[in-house]
Amino acid sequence: MNARETVLGRVRDALALAPRPAVAVSRDYRRGRGLPDPERLDLLVDRLVDYKAQVRTCTATETSATLAEMLAGLGARRVGIPAGLDRTWLSDWTGDLVEDRPDVPAPSLAELDAVVTASAVTCAETGTIFLDGSHDQGRRALTLVPDVHVCVVDLSQVTAGIPEAMERLVPERPTTLISGPSATSDIELERVEGVHGPRTLVVVIRTDR
Amino acid sequence: MSSTFLGMPAAPPRSPYGAGNLRGERTFPEAAAHELGNDQLRANLHRATRTIRAKRLAVTAELPDWEELRAAGAAVKNEAMGRLPELLEQLEAKVTEAGGTVHWARDAAEANALVTELVAATGSREVIKVKSMATQEIGLNEHLESQGITAHETDLAELIVQLADDRPSHILVPAIHRNREEIRRIFLERIPGVDPGLDSVPAELAAAARAYLREKFMSVPVAVSGANFGIAETGTLSVVESEGNGRMCLTLPRTLITVMGIEKVLPRYADLEVFLQLLPRSSTGERMNPYTTLWTGVTPGDGPQDFHLVLLDNGRTAALADPIGREALNCIRCSACLNVCPVYERVGGHAYGSTYPGPIGAVLTPQLAGTHAAKNDPNASLPYASTLCGACYDACPVKIDIPSLLVELRHQTTERTGRSAERLAMKAAAAVMGRPKLYTTAQRAAAIGRIAAGRDGKISHLPPPLGGWTESRDITAPPRRTFRAWYASQEGRDALAAAAAEHPADTEMPEEER
Repeated sequence: MNARETVLGRVRDALALAPRPAVAVSRDYRRGRGLPDPERLDLLVDRLVDYKAQVRTCTATETSATLAEMLAGLGARRVGIPAGLDRTWLSDWTGDLVEDRPDVPAPSLAELDAVVTASAVTCAETGTIFLDGSHDQGRRALTLVPDVHVCVVDLSQVTAGIPEAMERLVPERPTTLISGPSATSDIELERVEGVHGPRTLVVVIRTDR
Repeated sequence: MSSTFLGMPAAPPRSPYGAGNLRGERTFPEAAAHELGNDQLRANLHRATRTIRAKRLAVTAELPDWEELRAAGAAVKNEAMGRLPELLEQLEAKVTEAGGTVHWARDAAEANALVTELVAATGSREVIKVKSMATQEIGLNEHLESQGITAHETDLAELIVQLADDRPSHILVPAIHRNREEIRRIFLERIPGVDPGLDSVPAELAAAARAYLREKFMSVPVAVSGANFGIAETGTLSVVESEGNGRMCLTLPRTLITVMGIEKVLPRYADLEVFLQLLPRSSTGERMNPYTTLWTGVTPGDGPQDFHLVLLDNGRTAALADPIGREALNCIRCSACLNVCPVYERVGGHAYGSTYPGPIGAVLTPQLAGTHAAKNDPNASLPYASTLCGACYDACPVKIDIPSLLVELRHQTTERTGRSAERLAMKAAAAVMGRPKLYTTAQRAAAIGRIAAGRDGKISHLPPPLGGWTESRDITAPPRRTFRAWYASQEGRDALAAAAAEHPADTEMPEEER
């Protein structure tokens, strides 16, 4: 017998020796929660600030002015974007704009000062942004290698809790959950922000989208 | 070829003796006595466990449905264990459909050989690794090294442990036993080209690790990871982490090899909504960990284009065959039970001798590797590494009743080793306790035990076969007079009468019972 058959056979034997009753999973935890816009916004901002992310709110028409101002404030000169990002978002940006291509080797992404992307879903209660590799978010390396990630979140994409956020995901897409910049507490439990991922996370929340 | 049912089910084997990291070299009391002498370790552990405890309590208390989440988490895990054969086959089918390759490993040696073969096929002599309990359990790094392949741990704490030729001492913060000055010295000695003026400030040490590992992330073409969860319904795997080293390993190399214990499978994608709330809050005491990666097979143009999943048994099916002990398989490796355990807090992780320390380790390790594979098997001492205080049960996000499992394992140990003197003593106690007169006589006789006690009223050494009891604790000498004797004496009557006079409402004395 090969390993597969052996292991599966052992599992069946184990369950025959110690049969288990069928289990009904009751999901009595909070699901399908809705919160009014102002409350979701407040909750999300509170969580993001707690994670030491930089947060800005604006309206859709202010997107490009806000992004240009944030990027300038970060001292960025070369900014990367995924191929599917709405170009008008960066119409006020005067620095270099580099559109990502699949054949660009990951190490060269380190030459970007920052990357600007959209996002798929965001959970207010935990301050978690979900990226799913859509065209306006790009491949995973693009939001990982550069040291600054500027992420645009629309308030309509913000859910109250985790169950409501997970419900909006497409399981088969490569998905990254981001809750603030990377961090470690491995040395004497002292928190150090910024280890391997982008050391700076900027979140621009558009309140009318 | 489909498997055929051969009639009588056979008890699945434990993890083979002598392989991997599921057995220490010394019994728990011996190892604990040694570790207790390490003041630095105890100070670090005390501070760390206290800090994480406070954070965990704060973030679990803010969820009004925490208990409902725990109940759902436990139920999903129980469901998964009961449906394991079909879920594993479904997971295999879904991962394969999504462009991945699934391998099965009966034990540590087989898993190590498989991974080695897969790495060799890429032509690389190096791999980068995401912190993983499963690969620690099977001793993958040591095996790769013996085959001429260098494994670079990329989690900061794991890197510290690896550079120091040390062993992890905590599931979550493996270098908890090291202070910043020790870490600075380890880096200066072991990281090539590190700035000789390196400071011991944690931020600077982390920056040094970032610079060192950056080059590895960008150049090594193979990564090895574990998995926190594997979703049968979709073939999705997940790694929950903080530093971004996980994202680097899961995204940049061309080849990704994931080693996952078969008990990590969950039925549905929607089950993640439970565990992504339970795990970070229980583990680091955060509302959410900084990064979680979910991936399904291979995505063209994004991430590793060659993905292998190794499904590992290594004693898990043996645990599954134990109607009580199997509950330990529900563990999601959050380490909350370590942080609340009064025993762990004092002795640290090394004393347990296994990849899995603390309360959960004391039940999981003996389940996976057995307790009597060798004479004086250190694993046989693990179920006794507890005061049975129950704090671990309260803290467990999937409600594993660790104290009951410990008692069951103690029972099994006693049954199997058949310490005849102990059994005889218990039998005698049962007989005596069943007859009040005899019991009173026995209690009087016990007062003679005072002779064995020193001036402090403690007995530190009992003669065999009772010596086991006093190996790791003193026993208080029996009192001069039993409570029953005192209750029947004039002194007792006077004291009770005085108490009754003070509280007239409670004067009803059951005189007939005296």
